[in-house]
Amino acid sequence: MTAVLEIEGLTKAFTLHHLGNRIGAFSDITFSVDAGEFVLLKGANGAGKSTLLRTLYRSYLPQAGQVRFQSAHGEIDLARAAEVDIAHLRRTEIGFVTQFLTARPRVSAEAIVAEPLRLSGVAPERALEQAREALELFGVKPDLWQAYPTTFSGGEQQKVNLARALILPQKLLLLDEPTASLDAKARAALVTRLAELKSGGAAMIGVFHHPGDVEHLIDRIVDLTPDHFVEKDHTDVAV
Amino acid sequence: MTLTLDAPRIFQTKPLLSVDNVSKSYGAVHALRDVSAIAYPGEVLGIVGESGSGKSTLLRMMNLEEIPDKGRYTLDLPDVSGNLFDLDRFARRMLCATRIGIVYQNPHLGLLMKHSSSGNVAERLLVAGERSFATLRAKATTALEASEFPLERLDAPPIELSGGMQQRVQLAKAIALEPALLLLDEPTTGLDVSVQALVLDTLKRLQQDRQITMVIVSHDLGVIRTLADRVMVMRRGEVVEAGLADQIFQDPQHAYTQQLVHAKL
Repeated sequence: MTAVLEIEGLTKAFTLHHLGNRIGAFSDITFSVDAGEFVLLKGANGAGKSTLLRTLYRSYLPQAGQVRFQSAHGEIDLARAAEVDIAHLRRTEIGFVTQFLTARPRVSAEAIVAEPLRLSGVAPERALEQAREALELFGVKPDLWQAYPTTFSGGEQQKVNLARALILPQKLLLLDEPTASLDAKARAALVTRLAELKSGGAAMIGVFHHPGDVEHLIDRIVDLTPDHFVEKDHTDVAV
Repeated sequence: MTLTLDAPRIFQTKPLLSVDNVSKSYGAVHALRDVSAIAYPGEVLGIVGESGSGKSTLLRMMNLEEIPDKGRYTLDLPDVSGNLFDLDRFARRMLCATRIGIVYQNPHLGLLMKHSSSGNVAERLLVAGERSFATLRAKATTALEASEFPLERLDAPPIELSGGMQQRVQLAKAIALEPALLLLDEPTTGLDVSVQALVLDTLKRLQQDRQITMVIVSHDLGVIRTLADRVMVMRRGEVVEAGLADQIFQDPQHAYTQQLVHAKL
């Protein structure tokens, strides 16, 4: 197996100017993820799990370290890459999946889900068809497909968000508690879709409040508890 | 870790717009000091900062309405070369009419308030050399339609229209010639919330369907967050920070950016 992502010595701290101090999130993290591999991040609240995911996505800027990503266009260090390249990779190879939807006013559920496909060049009609299939898979009722998700319940918004985030196959998926507050049907749909993408070669790094939801997908566990940074084979530990 | 222009790249995309080391003083006041900016094709660059930060001055320079004391401005387009600040008045006017569209906060700056709405849009086409009445009318109508302007009001003068409608006429005028670059100066400031959402949605749609490169100046962080891919933060004529929009909002580095983001409702 080849590593899709090699994280080396990654360090993140937040400088809060109005308090005149610095808050450490994690330091000197090193591990790698192969194609088709699923890595679970473990650690107490505040251990830096979500912060690590956001740093890998470059919503956060790291202080030190490298994040070598094997893109279809060659290797690039995500910690330092030009913003325009990061933006391009986010559209094509790196996905971030959260429980929160950023809905835009006056855009229908199916249009939100179809957007990544349209932007990647799929014909609008075909993109809408696929979007409807994805919404159906996650259990969003057809009478909501043309409605605006800004007014949906939290659970329904989350389903729209998942359908959108997972509609394109990605090389690297960062999963930030995507199962939180999902009903059983949607959770099952999510796990099915993740398994599908994983067997298609997607590398995944995830944070799950209830790792049991994705137990059979986990290959390895990385524990981020400070002074306790360890990598384990899934076979060694109970989830 | 600070990011520089020599950040690693794997894609070959070149910026459409490059502004290099622009400075401008009005007497003892430095309106802009060594400001640089780039925007890639199809990208939305947001510029935020308080009043007097120089953001609108910079935008007017991108529209060649104002010429700096020093600095370079280039657009990577066929038949366009060299430092655009060096162009003569006529060449400047032609370039702006055909390649650059602008929407001002104040519709009075962009529109003739007592001419018909379609006439306002057609005027832009006339400047570019279009002479046939039928073509003028058809093209103006198409642009107004793309801006989601109600076509039954084609002949109404902007002075009789609401603020949101006036912005749509400005937008139609700005996009009538399918510009490569669209400049927006506080396009939704002063509009009520529902109208603001409609204008933002129209802009997003235009940007996605036509791949227009946009530079949007606003002190409304919500507007910038909705539209921009990358954000530049300005203060007292200088750029204090620039980055991906989500990074600027979630992990602002500079003390001033942190203040700004924390002040957002």
